[in-house]
Amino acid sequence: MIELAHAAFAYGGSEILTDVNLRLAPGSFHFLTGPSGSGKTTLLRLCFMELLPTAGHVMIFGQDARSMTRDRVAAARRRIGVVHQDCQFLDHLSVAENISLPLDVSGRDIEAERGNLDELLAWVGLASRAHALPPQLSGGERQRAALARAVIMSPEVIIADEPTGNIDWDMAQRLLRLLVELNRMGKTVLIATHDLNLIRSAKAQVQARVLRLHRRHLQLAGADL
Amino acid sequence: MKRLLSIIPMLLSGDGKADRVVPPSGHTAWLTSFSAAAMAFLAVFTLALALAAGRLADRWSAELARTATVRISAPEGQQAAQTRAVLRVLRTTPGIRSARALTDAEQRKLLEPWFGPDLPLDALPIPRLVEVIEGNPGPDVAGLRMRLAAEAPGAVFDDHTRWRAPLVRAAQRLRLLAVLAIALITLATAAMITLAAKASLAANATVISVLRLVGATDAYIARAFVRRFTLRALVGALLGTAVGMVAVLLLPSAGREASFLSGLGFQGVDWFVPLAIAPLAAAVAWWATRAAAHRTLRGLT
Repeated sequence: MIELAHAAFAYGGSEILTDVNLRLAPGSFHFLTGPSGSGKTTLLRLCFMELLPTAGHVMIFGQDARSMTRDRVAAARRRIGVVHQDCQFLDHLSVAENISLPLDVSGRDIEAERGNLDELLAWVGLASRAHALPPQLSGGERQRAALARAVIMSPEVIIADEPTGNIDWDMAQRLLRLLVELNRMGKTVLIATHDLNLIRSAKAQVQARVLRLHRRHLQLAGADL
Repeated sequence: MKRLLSIIPMLLSGDGKADRVVPPSGHTAWLTSFSAAAMAFLAVFTLALALAAGRLADRWSAELARTATVRISAPEGQQAAQTRAVLRVLRTTPGIRSARALTDAEQRKLLEPWFGPDLPLDALPIPRLVEVIEGNPGPDVAGLRMRLAAEAPGAVFDDHTRWRAPLVRAAQRLRLLAVLAIALITLATAAMITLAAKASLAANATVISVLRLVGATDAYIARAFVRRFTLRALVGALLGTAVGMVAVLLLPSAGREASFLSGLGFQGVDWFVPLAIAPLAAAVAWWATRAAAHRTLRGLT
Protein backbone atom coordinates (compact mmCIF):
# COMPACT_ATOMS: atom_id res chain seq x y z
CA MET A 1 0.00 0.00 0.00
CA ILE A 2 2.41 2.62 1.29
CA GLU A 3 6.11 1.98 1.41
CA LEU A 4 9.00 4.19 2.48
CA ALA A 5 12.48 3.12 1.46
CA HIS A 6 15.45 4.98 2.96
CA ALA A 7 13.23 8.03 2.94
CA ALA A 8 14.56 11.24 4.42
CA PHE A 9 13.08 14.67 4.76
CA ALA A 10 15.08 17.81 5.32
CA TYR A 11 13.79 21.29 5.78
CA GLY A 12 15.94 24.38 5.79
CA GLY A 13 19.13 22.35 5.75
CA SER A 14 18.38 20.21 8.81
CA GLU A 15 17.10 16.68 8.44
CA ILE A 16 13.86 15.91 10.26
CA LEU A 17 13.66 12.28 9.20
CA THR A 18 16.60 10.08 8.23
CA ASP A 19 16.63 6.71 6.50
CA VAL A 20 13.06 5.79 7.29
CA ASN A 21 11.92 2.36 6.16
CA LEU A 22 8.28 1.47 6.53
CA ARG A 23 5.89 -0.86 4.81
CA LEU A 24 2.16 -0.59 5.44
CA ALA A 25 0.72 -3.95 4.32
CA PRO A 26 -2.97 -4.16 3.39
CA GLY A 27 -5.09 -4.67 6.48
CA SER A 28 -2.34 -3.73 8.94
CA PHE A 29 -2.86 -1.49 11.97
CA HIS A 30 0.00 0.79 13.03
CA PHE A 31 0.49 3.33 15.74
CA LEU A 32 3.16 5.97 15.38
CA THR A 33 4.50 7.45 18.61
CA GLY A 34 7.32 9.69 19.65
CA PRO A 35 7.85 12.90 21.54
CA SER A 36 6.27 15.98 20.09
CA GLY A 37 8.48 17.55 17.46
CA SER A 38 9.98 14.19 16.56
CA GLY A 39 8.53 14.31 13.06
CA LYS A 40 5.34 12.25 13.37
CA THR A 41 3.31 14.71 11.35
CA THR A 42 6.08 15.02 8.75
CA LEU A 43 6.13 11.24 8.34
CA LEU A 44 2.36 11.15 7.87
CA ARG A 45 2.54 13.98 5.34
CA LEU A 46 5.02 11.94 3.34
CA CYS A 47 2.48 9.11 3.35
CA PHE A 48 -0.22 11.16 1.66
CA MET A 49 2.14 13.12 -0.55
CA GLU A 50 1.66 16.51 1.00
CA LEU A 51 5.46 16.39 1.21
CA LEU A 52 7.92 14.61 -1.02
CA PRO A 53 11.01 12.93 0.45
CA THR A 54 14.28 14.80 -0.03
CA ALA A 55 16.09 11.44 -0.25
CA GLY A 56 15.02 7.86 -0.72
CA HIS A 57 11.63 6.81 -2.04
CA VAL A 58 7.98 6.84 -1.05
CA MET A 59 5.84 4.37 -2.95
CA ILE A 60 2.08 4.91 -2.88
CA PHE A 61 -0.01 2.03 -4.28
CA GLY A 62 3.05 0.85 -6.15
CA GLN A 63 3.97 4.19 -7.68
CA ASP A 64 6.86 6.45 -6.78
CA ALA A 65 5.36 9.59 -5.27
CA ARG A 66 7.98 11.72 -6.91
CA SER A 67 7.05 10.66 -10.43
CA MET A 68 3.28 10.87 -10.01
CA THR A 69 1.35 13.43 -12.04
CA ARG A 70 -0.89 15.85 -10.14
CA ASP A 71 -4.00 14.01 -11.27
CA ARG A 72 -2.54 10.69 -10.10
CA VAL A 73 -1.84 12.27 -6.72
CA ALA A 74 -5.47 13.40 -6.57
CA ALA A 75 -6.66 9.90 -7.51
CA ALA A 76 -4.40 8.30 -4.88
CA ARG A 77 -5.69 10.68 -2.20
CA ARG A 78 -9.23 9.46 -2.83
CA ARG A 79 -7.98 6.04 -1.66
CA ILE A 80 -6.39 7.51 1.47
CA GLY A 81 -8.54 9.03 4.20
CA VAL A 82 -6.69 11.60 6.29
CA VAL A 83 -7.58 13.11 9.66
CA HIS A 84 -5.38 16.16 10.20
CA GLN A 85 -4.23 17.45 13.53
CA ASP A 86 -5.63 20.88 12.68
CA CYS A 87 -8.77 19.87 10.88
CA GLN A 88 -9.57 22.36 8.17
CA PHE A 89 -12.96 22.68 6.55
CA LEU A 90 -14.69 24.90 4.05
CA ASP A 91 -16.20 27.31 6.53
CA HIS A 92 -19.04 28.46 4.29
CA LEU A 93 -20.42 24.95 3.82
CA SER A 94 -22.38 22.94 6.39
CA VAL A 95 -20.86 20.05 8.33
CA ALA A 96 -22.79 17.55 6.19
CA GLU A 97 -21.55 19.17 2.98
CA ASN A 98 -17.99 19.21 4.28
CA ILE A 99 -18.15 15.54 5.15
CA SER A 100 -19.47 14.68 1.69
CA LEU A 101 -16.88 16.91 -0.01
CA PRO A 102 -14.63 13.97 -1.05
CA LEU A 103 -17.65 12.40 -2.82
CA ASP A 104 -18.27 15.71 -4.52
CA VAL A 105 -14.76 16.28 -5.83
CA SER A 106 -14.53 12.73 -7.14
CA GLY A 107 -17.80 13.12 -9.03
CA ARG A 108 -19.87 10.63 -7.00
CA ASP A 109 -23.60 11.02 -6.72
CA ILE A 110 -24.23 12.49 -3.30
CA GLU A 111 -27.94 11.67 -3.27
CA ALA A 112 -27.11 8.00 -3.80
CA GLU A 113 -24.83 8.09 -0.76
CA ARG A 114 -27.28 10.05 1.40
CA GLY A 115 -27.97 6.98 3.57
CA ASN A 116 -24.26 6.41 4.18
CA LEU A 117 -23.79 10.04 5.10
CA ASP A 118 -26.63 10.02 7.65
CA GLU A 119 -25.36 6.80 9.17
CA LEU A 120 -21.85 8.19 9.39
CA LEU A 121 -23.07 11.44 10.96
CA ALA A 122 -24.96 9.44 13.56
CA TRP A 123 -21.91 7.26 14.23
CA VAL A 124 -19.64 10.21 14.99
CA GLY A 125 -22.43 11.83 17.01
CA LEU A 126 -22.94 14.81 14.73
CA ALA A 127 -26.43 14.03 13.40
CA SER A 128 -27.86 17.02 15.21
CA ARG A 129 -25.03 19.27 13.99
CA ALA A 130 -25.31 18.33 10.30
CA HIS A 131 -26.43 21.79 9.27
CA ALA A 132 -24.08 23.73 11.52
CA LEU A 133 -21.10 25.56 10.02
CA PRO A 134 -17.62 24.31 10.95
CA PRO A 135 -16.67 27.45 12.95
CA GLN A 136 -19.61 26.68 15.26
CA LEU A 137 -18.20 23.27 16.21
CA SER A 138 -16.17 22.49 19.30
CA GLY A 139 -12.67 21.03 18.96
CA GLY A 140 -13.96 17.51 19.58
CA GLU A 141 -16.77 17.91 17.10
CA ARG A 142 -14.33 19.13 14.47
CA GLN A 143 -12.16 16.07 15.00
CA ARG A 144 -15.14 13.74 14.63
CA ALA A 145 -16.27 15.58 11.51
CA ALA A 146 -12.75 15.24 10.11
CA LEU A 147 -12.81 11.49 10.76
CA ALA A 148 -16.19 11.19 9.06
CA ARG A 149 -14.84 13.10 6.04
CA ALA A 150 -11.76 10.83 5.99
CA VAL A 151 -13.75 7.59 5.84
CA ILE A 152 -16.75 8.55 3.67
CA MET A 153 -15.00 7.41 0.49
CA SER A 154 -14.37 4.04 2.12
CA PRO A 155 -10.65 4.48 1.53
CA GLU A 156 -8.13 1.66 1.54
CA VAL A 157 -5.82 3.48 3.92
CA ILE A 158 -6.74 5.69 6.87
CA ILE A 159 -4.13 8.04 8.27
CA ALA A 160 -4.92 9.97 11.42
CA ASP A 161 -2.77 12.56 13.16
CA GLU A 162 -3.63 12.74 16.89
CA PRO A 163 -7.29 11.97 16.21
CA THR A 164 -8.14 11.84 19.90
CA GLY A 165 -6.23 14.95 20.88
CA ASN A 166 -9.27 17.08 21.60
CA ILE A 167 -11.91 14.60 22.66
CA ASP A 168 -12.84 12.89 25.90
CA TRP A 169 -12.00 9.28 26.70
CA ASP A 170 -15.44 8.04 25.90
CA MET A 171 -15.46 9.60 22.43
CA ALA A 172 -11.87 8.47 21.89
CA GLN A 173 -12.99 4.92 22.54
CA ARG A 174 -15.80 5.29 20.03
CA LEU A 175 -13.40 6.65 17.41
CA LEU A 176 -11.01 3.83 18.08
CA ARG A 177 -13.81 1.26 17.75
CA LEU A 178 -14.71 2.80 14.38
CA LEU A 179 -11.10 2.59 13.23
CA VAL A 180 -10.80 -0.99 14.49
CA GLU A 181 -13.99 -1.90 12.69
CA LEU A 182 -12.69 -0.33 9.48
CA ASN A 183 -9.46 -2.29 9.95
CA ARG A 184 -11.44 -5.53 10.29
CA MET A 185 -13.06 -4.69 6.96
CA GLY A 186 -9.57 -4.79 5.49
CA LYS A 187 -8.54 -1.14 5.67
CA THR A 188 -4.98 -0.22 6.50
CA VAL A 189 -4.76 2.12 9.48
CA LEU A 190 -1.93 4.40 10.62
CA ILE A 191 -2.47 6.57 13.69
CA ALA A 192 0.00 9.04 15.14
CA THR A 193 -0.62 9.50 18.85
CA HIS A 194 1.16 10.02 22.11
CA ASP A 195 -1.79 8.62 24.06
CA LEU A 196 -0.44 5.32 25.42
CA ASN A 197 -3.80 4.41 26.93
CA LEU A 198 -5.33 4.54 23.51
CA ILE A 199 -2.66 2.20 22.20
CA ARG A 200 -3.21 -0.27 25.04
CA SER A 201 -6.91 -0.12 24.51
CA ALA A 202 -6.46 -0.81 20.81
CA LYS A 203 -4.13 -3.71 21.41
CA ALA A 204 -6.89 -5.47 23.28
CA GLN A 205 -9.07 -5.30 20.18
CA VAL A 206 -6.72 -5.64 17.26
CA GLN A 207 -3.22 -6.76 16.40
CA ALA A 208 -1.51 -3.40 16.26
CA ARG A 209 2.11 -2.64 15.66
CA VAL A 210 3.70 0.32 17.35
CA LEU A 211 6.34 2.41 15.57
CA ARG A 212 8.41 4.96 17.42
CA LEU A 213 10.23 7.96 16.03
CA HIS A 214 13.41 8.55 17.93
CA ARG A 215 16.17 10.93 16.93
CA ARG A 216 14.98 11.16 13.34
CA HIS A 217 14.88 7.38 12.96
CA LEU A 218 11.90 5.06 12.90
CA GLN A 219 12.00 2.01 15.19
CA LEU A 220 9.64 -0.78 15.97
CA ALA A 221 8.65 -0.35 19.60
CA GLY A 222 9.05 -3.26 21.97
CA ALA A 223 6.32 -5.31 23.56
CA ASP A 224 6.35 -3.20 26.68
CA LEU A 225 3.31 -1.26 25.65
CA MET B 1 -11.06 26.08 -30.42
CA LYS B 2 -12.73 22.74 -29.91
CA ARG B 3 -11.99 22.88 -26.22
CA LEU B 4 -13.33 26.39 -26.13
CA LEU B 5 -16.58 25.24 -27.69
CA SER B 6 -16.87 22.35 -25.29
CA ILE B 7 -16.89 24.72 -22.31
CA ILE B 8 -19.98 26.54 -23.49
CA PRO B 9 -22.47 23.90 -22.30
CA MET B 10 -20.53 23.66 -19.05
CA LEU B 11 -20.84 27.41 -18.58
CA LEU B 12 -24.51 27.46 -19.36
CA SER B 13 -25.63 24.41 -17.42
CA GLY B 14 -23.26 25.25 -14.61
CA ASP B 15 -21.49 22.98 -12.20
CA GLY B 16 -23.23 24.13 -9.07
CA LYS B 17 -21.15 21.93 -6.79
CA ALA B 18 -17.78 23.04 -8.08
CA ASP B 19 -19.06 26.59 -7.85
CA ARG B 20 -20.23 26.25 -4.27
CA VAL B 21 -16.91 25.02 -2.92
CA VAL B 22 -15.47 28.50 -3.39
CA PRO B 23 -17.18 31.04 -1.12
CA PRO B 24 -18.93 33.95 -2.83
CA SER B 25 -16.66 36.96 -3.19
CA GLY B 26 -19.17 39.74 -2.55
CA HIS B 27 -18.79 43.16 -4.07
CA THR B 28 -15.44 42.54 -5.80
CA ALA B 29 -17.30 40.33 -8.30
CA TRP B 30 -18.99 43.49 -9.51
CA LEU B 31 -15.63 45.11 -10.26
CA THR B 32 -14.69 42.41 -12.77
CA SER B 33 -17.99 42.84 -14.60
CA PHE B 34 -17.64 46.60 -14.54
CA SER B 35 -14.12 46.52 -16.00
CA ALA B 36 -15.23 44.09 -18.69
CA ALA B 37 -18.16 46.39 -19.51
CA ALA B 38 -15.88 49.44 -19.77
CA MET B 39 -13.45 47.57 -22.01
CA ALA B 40 -16.28 46.35 -24.25
CA PHE B 41 -17.65 49.90 -24.50
CA LEU B 42 -14.23 51.17 -25.64
CA ALA B 43 -13.91 48.24 -28.02
CA VAL B 44 -17.21 49.14 -29.72
CA PHE B 45 -15.94 52.62 -30.54
CA THR B 46 -12.53 51.44 -31.63
CA LEU B 47 -14.20 48.89 -33.86
CA ALA B 48 -16.39 51.61 -35.36
CA LEU B 49 -13.30 53.68 -36.01
CA ALA B 50 -11.46 50.78 -37.62
CA LEU B 51 -14.40 49.94 -39.87
CA ALA B 52 -15.02 53.56 -40.85
CA ALA B 53 -11.34 54.14 -41.64
CA GLY B 54 -11.27 50.95 -43.65
CA ARG B 55 -14.36 52.00 -45.58
CA LEU B 56 -12.86 55.41 -46.25
CA ALA B 57 -9.56 54.01 -47.48
CA ASP B 58 -11.32 51.53 -49.75
CA ARG B 59 -13.66 54.17 -51.18
CA TRP B 60 -10.95 56.67 -51.81
CA SER B 61 -8.61 54.26 -53.46
CA ALA B 62 -11.36 52.58 -55.52
CA GLU B 63 -13.36 55.62 -56.67
CA LEU B 64 -10.54 58.05 -57.18
CA ALA B 65 -8.41 55.50 -58.92
CA ARG B 66 -10.92 55.28 -61.73
CA THR B 67 -11.59 58.96 -62.27
CA ALA B 68 -9.45 61.74 -63.66
CA THR B 69 -9.99 65.29 -64.81
CA VAL B 70 -8.73 67.27 -67.79
CA ARG B 71 -8.62 70.99 -67.20
CA ILE B 72 -8.59 73.21 -70.30
CA SER B 73 -7.60 76.82 -69.87
CA ALA B 74 -7.36 78.31 -73.32
CA PRO B 75 -7.69 81.89 -74.57
CA GLU B 76 -11.24 83.11 -75.33
CA GLY B 77 -12.43 81.64 -78.64
CA GLN B 78 -10.15 78.60 -78.55
CA GLN B 79 -11.83 77.02 -75.55
CA ALA B 80 -14.53 75.21 -77.49
CA ALA B 81 -12.16 73.99 -80.20
CA GLN B 82 -9.63 72.73 -77.66
CA THR B 83 -12.39 70.99 -75.68
CA ARG B 84 -13.50 69.19 -78.82
CA ALA B 85 -9.88 68.21 -79.54
CA VAL B 86 -9.42 66.89 -76.00
CA LEU B 87 -12.59 64.82 -76.18
CA ARG B 88 -11.48 63.42 -79.52
CA VAL B 89 -8.10 62.43 -78.11
CA LEU B 90 -9.66 60.87 -75.02
CA ARG B 91 -12.21 58.85 -77.00
CA THR B 92 -9.47 57.35 -79.13
CA THR B 93 -7.23 56.52 -76.21
CA PRO B 94 -7.31 52.89 -75.03
CA GLY B 95 -8.06 52.55 -71.31
CA ILE B 96 -10.56 55.42 -71.16
CA ARG B 97 -14.11 54.25 -70.66
CA SER B 98 -15.79 57.61 -71.11
CA ALA B 99 -15.03 61.32 -71.23
CA ARG B 100 -17.54 64.11 -70.83
CA ALA B 101 -17.19 67.87 -70.66
CA LEU B 102 -19.03 69.40 -67.72
CA THR B 103 -21.82 71.79 -68.65
CA ASP B 104 -21.85 75.41 -67.48
CA ALA B 105 -24.55 74.57 -64.95
CA GLU B 106 -22.44 71.75 -63.47
CA GLN B 107 -19.36 73.95 -63.28
CA ARG B 108 -21.37 76.67 -61.57
CA LYS B 109 -22.60 74.13 -59.03
CA LEU B 110 -19.03 73.05 -58.30
CA LEU B 111 -17.91 76.61 -57.69
CA GLU B 112 -21.00 77.65 -55.78
CA PRO B 113 -19.72 76.68 -52.32
CA TRP B 114 -16.77 79.02 -52.80
CA PHE B 115 -18.13 81.96 -54.78
CA GLY B 116 -21.86 81.97 -54.07
CA PRO B 117 -24.78 81.35 -56.45
CA ASP B 118 -24.58 84.63 -58.36
CA LEU B 119 -21.32 83.92 -60.10
CA PRO B 120 -21.16 85.49 -63.58
CA LEU B 121 -19.52 82.49 -65.15
CA ASP B 122 -19.51 84.01 -68.65
CA ALA B 123 -17.51 87.02 -67.54
CA LEU B 124 -14.71 85.01 -65.96
CA PRO B 125 -12.01 82.96 -67.66
CA ILE B 126 -13.09 79.71 -66.04
CA PRO B 127 -11.27 76.63 -67.33
CA ARG B 128 -13.44 73.90 -68.82
CA LEU B 129 -13.42 70.60 -66.95
CA VAL B 130 -13.66 67.21 -68.62
CA GLU B 131 -14.62 64.28 -66.41
CA VAL B 132 -12.76 61.11 -67.38
CA ILE B 133 -13.73 57.60 -66.24
CA GLU B 134 -10.85 55.24 -66.67
CA GLY B 135 -11.19 51.63 -67.67
CA ASN B 136 -9.39 48.71 -66.15
CA PRO B 137 -6.49 48.72 -66.97
CA GLY B 138 -6.25 52.47 -67.22
CA PRO B 139 -4.62 54.53 -69.95
CA ASP B 140 -0.91 55.12 -70.53
CA VAL B 141 -0.79 58.45 -68.69
CA ALA B 142 2.55 59.67 -70.08
CA GLY B 143 1.53 58.96 -73.69
CA LEU B 144 -1.84 60.60 -73.12
CA ARG B 145 -0.22 63.76 -71.72
CA MET B 146 2.02 64.04 -74.80
CA ARG B 147 -0.90 63.64 -77.20
CA LEU B 148 -2.96 66.18 -75.25
CA ALA B 149 -0.10 68.68 -75.34
CA ALA B 150 0.14 68.30 -79.11
CA GLU B 151 -3.60 68.60 -79.81
CA ALA B 152 -4.69 71.06 -77.08
CA PRO B 153 -1.87 73.08 -75.48
CA GLY B 154 -4.17 74.43 -72.75
CA ALA B 155 -5.21 70.98 -71.42
CA VAL B 156 -3.85 69.50 -68.22
CA PHE B 157 -4.51 65.87 -67.33
CA ASP B 158 -4.93 65.30 -63.58
CA ASP B 159 -5.41 61.74 -62.29
CA HIS B 160 -5.69 62.91 -58.62
CA THR B 161 -2.70 60.79 -57.55
CA ARG B 162 -1.08 63.74 -55.87
CA TRP B 163 -3.74 64.28 -53.24
CA ARG B 164 -5.23 60.79 -53.24
CA ALA B 165 -2.17 58.86 -52.05
CA PRO B 166 -1.63 60.68 -48.72
CA LEU B 167 -5.36 60.50 -47.90
CA VAL B 168 -5.49 56.77 -48.50
CA ARG B 169 -2.29 56.35 -46.50
CA ALA B 170 -3.77 58.32 -43.61
CA ALA B 171 -6.97 56.30 -43.60
CA GLN B 172 -5.02 53.05 -43.69
CA ARG B 173 -2.80 54.23 -40.85
CA LEU B 174 -5.90 55.14 -38.84
CA ARG B 175 -7.30 51.66 -39.38
CA LEU B 176 -4.01 50.11 -38.29
CA LEU B 177 -4.05 52.21 -35.11
CA ALA B 178 -7.62 51.14 -34.36
CA VAL B 179 -6.72 47.48 -34.79
CA LEU B 180 -3.74 48.01 -32.50
CA ALA B 181 -6.05 49.64 -29.94
CA ILE B 182 -8.38 46.62 -30.07
CA ALA B 183 -5.40 44.33 -29.47
CA LEU B 184 -4.38 46.48 -26.49
CA ILE B 185 -7.92 46.43 -25.09
CA THR B 186 -7.90 42.62 -25.36
CA LEU B 187 -4.54 42.35 -23.60
CA ALA B 188 -5.60 44.83 -20.89
CA THR B 189 -8.74 42.74 -20.31
CA ALA B 190 -6.61 39.61 -19.98
CA ALA B 191 -4.29 41.37 -17.53
CA MET B 192 -7.17 42.68 -15.45
CA ILE B 193 -8.91 39.28 -15.27
CA THR B 194 -5.59 37.64 -14.36
CA LEU B 195 -5.11 40.06 -11.47
CA ALA B 196 -8.68 39.57 -10.24
CA ALA B 197 -8.35 35.78 -10.51
CA LYS B 198 -4.98 35.85 -8.70
CA ALA B 199 -6.52 37.86 -5.87
CA SER B 200 -9.42 35.42 -5.64
CA LEU B 201 -7.08 32.41 -5.66
CA ALA B 202 -4.95 33.95 -2.92
CA ALA B 203 -8.01 34.77 -0.82
CA ASN B 204 -9.14 31.16 -1.11
CA ALA B 205 -5.81 29.46 -0.41
CA THR B 206 -7.27 27.44 2.49
CA VAL B 207 -10.21 26.27 0.42
CA ILE B 208 -7.85 25.17 -2.33
CA SER B 209 -5.57 23.23 0.01
CA VAL B 210 -8.53 21.47 1.66
CA LEU B 211 -9.92 20.51 -1.76
CA ARG B 212 -6.54 19.27 -2.87
CA LEU B 213 -6.15 17.09 0.24
CA VAL B 214 -9.52 15.41 -0.16
CA GLY B 215 -8.52 14.39 -3.68
CA ALA B 216 -9.79 17.17 -5.95
CA THR B 217 -7.99 17.41 -9.28
CA ASP B 218 -6.57 20.70 -10.51
CA ALA B 219 -9.25 20.77 -13.20
CA TYR B 220 -12.03 20.57 -10.61
CA ILE B 221 -10.60 23.39 -8.52
CA ALA B 222 -9.81 25.56 -11.52
CA ARG B 223 -13.32 25.11 -12.89
CA ALA B 224 -14.92 26.81 -9.91
CA PHE B 225 -12.84 29.93 -10.54
CA VAL B 226 -12.87 29.81 -14.33
CA ARG B 227 -16.64 29.58 -14.59
CA ARG B 228 -17.08 32.50 -12.24
CA PHE B 229 -14.74 34.87 -14.03
CA THR B 230 -15.86 33.83 -17.51
CA LEU B 231 -19.49 34.54 -16.66
CA ARG B 232 -18.65 37.87 -15.02
CA ALA B 233 -16.63 38.98 -18.03
CA LEU B 234 -19.35 37.78 -20.41
CA VAL B 235 -22.15 39.62 -18.62
CA GLY B 236 -20.07 42.79 -18.24
CA ALA B 237 -18.97 42.75 -21.88
CA LEU B 238 -22.54 42.18 -23.07
CA LEU B 239 -23.71 45.23 -21.16
CA GLY B 240 -20.77 47.36 -22.33
CA THR B 241 -21.31 46.30 -25.95
CA ALA B 242 -25.02 47.07 -25.79
CA VAL B 243 -24.45 50.55 -24.36
CA GLY B 244 -21.64 51.21 -26.85
CA MET B 245 -23.76 50.13 -29.83
CA VAL B 246 -26.67 52.31 -28.74
CA ALA B 247 -24.26 55.23 -28.38
CA VAL B 248 -22.91 54.66 -31.89
CA LEU B 249 -26.48 54.41 -33.20
CA LEU B 250 -27.31 57.75 -31.62
CA LEU B 251 -24.28 59.54 -33.10
CA PRO B 252 -25.60 62.49 -35.11
CA SER B 253 -25.22 62.02 -38.86
CA ALA B 254 -24.17 64.81 -41.20
CA GLY B 255 -26.08 63.25 -44.04
CA ARG B 256 -24.80 62.69 -47.55
CA GLU B 257 -21.89 65.05 -47.47
CA ALA B 258 -20.64 63.12 -44.45
CA SER B 259 -17.24 64.23 -43.36
CA PHE B 260 -14.90 61.68 -41.91
CA LEU B 261 -15.98 62.03 -38.27
CA SER B 262 -19.70 61.76 -38.88
CA GLY B 263 -19.01 58.68 -40.99
CA LEU B 264 -17.96 56.97 -37.74
CA GLY B 265 -20.35 54.11 -37.17
CA PHE B 266 -21.49 50.79 -38.50
CA GLN B 267 -23.08 50.14 -41.86
CA GLY B 268 -25.07 47.09 -42.89
CA VAL B 269 -23.43 43.83 -41.82
CA ASP B 270 -20.88 45.83 -39.83
CA TRP B 271 -23.48 45.90 -37.08
CA PHE B 272 -22.80 42.21 -36.44
CA VAL B 273 -19.08 42.75 -35.85
CA PRO B 274 -19.35 44.23 -32.31
CA LEU B 275 -21.46 41.22 -31.31
CA ALA B 276 -18.18 39.29 -31.27
CA ILE B 277 -16.83 41.44 -28.42
CA ALA B 278 -18.67 39.67 -25.58
CA PRO B 279 -17.73 36.11 -26.65
CA LEU B 280 -14.15 37.32 -27.15
CA ALA B 281 -14.10 38.84 -23.65
CA ALA B 282 -15.48 35.59 -22.23
CA ALA B 283 -12.83 33.58 -24.08
CA VAL B 284 -10.09 35.89 -22.82
CA ALA B 285 -11.41 35.59 -19.24
CA TRP B 286 -11.65 31.81 -19.56
CA TRP B 287 -8.08 31.55 -20.76
CA ALA B 288 -6.65 34.08 -18.27
CA THR B 289 -8.35 32.55 -15.22
CA ARG B 290 -7.44 29.05 -16.28
CA ALA B 291 -3.79 29.99 -16.73
CA ALA B 292 -3.72 31.81 -13.37
CA ALA B 293 -5.44 28.92 -11.55
CA HIS B 294 -3.15 26.26 -12.95
CA ARG B 295 -0.08 28.35 -12.22
CA THR B 296 -1.19 28.76 -8.60
CA LEU B 297 -2.12 25.09 -8.21
CA ARG B 298 1.22 23.89 -9.54
CA GLY B 299 2.79 25.56 -6.51
CA LEU B 300 0.82 23.30 -4.13
CA THR B 301 1.16 19.60 -3.41
